[in-house]
Amino acid sequence: MSVASVSVQAQDFDPAAETERLTAGRADVGAVVTFAGLCRDEAGALEVLEIEYYPGMAEAEIGRVAAEAESRWPLLGLRVIHRHGLIRPGERIVLVAAASAHRSAAFEAAAFLMDYLKTRAPFWKRERRVDGGAGGWVQAKDTDEAAAGRW
Amino acid sequence: MKAVYFAWVRERIGKPEEELELPPEVATVGDMMAWLSRRDEGYAQAFDQPATIRAAIDHVHARHDASVREAREIAFFPPMTGG
Repeated sequence: MSVASVSVQAQDFDPAAETERLTAGRADVGAVVTFAGLCRDEAGALEVLEIEYYPGMAEAEIGRVAAEAESRWPLLGLRVIHRHGLIRPGERIVLVAAASAHRSAAFEAAAFLMDYLKTRAPFWKRERRVDGGAGGWVQAKDTDEAAAGRW
Repeated sequence: MKAVYFAWVRERIGKPEEELELPPEVATVGDMMAWLSRRDEGYAQAFDQPATIRAAIDHVHARHDASVREAREIAFFPPMTGG
């Protein structure tokens, strides 16, 4: 049975509360790795990020990546949250929290999830700039493809 | 079948989705992009570099040689930039 929980949502989330939920009432978890991805201000140039997504497929694809992580590492809990809509500099965009008995599985599963989400989850970022200029759609990076390729 | 478009593919085509009746000679995702790009200038711009376009069939990533004949929903979009 899957231990993964996936949410795609517009609203913010509380990383501490999500981490707490992974370990509450149990004593078999020896390691929790929590990763939060935030919106940078790009040296003051970015006003807001607009994140478009594919409803239905976004949840399904993150679920498939989470299932792949569960098949590779002995996870006791896994929580993934990805936001969409308008996100301002300093705000949270994405959360991955992986719980396991030992640290290596939790570290590796969290890194795998993030690398795979970047290249497989159907989300697209567009920048709106402070100076009113058309920041436009963010381009996918070859380094993200390379990071996913290492798994 | 339903076609859905995202990000700059959606903007160039000028609509987020539409119902399409595929002609019998359109067998694959690649065929469908070539067929769509002949419809008008917007589609042509959306698919002018087909190798960069990603596709999904019924919410699952699909290669350009995947068959579209049984699909209920086909999506076309640029490389993803989430995370």
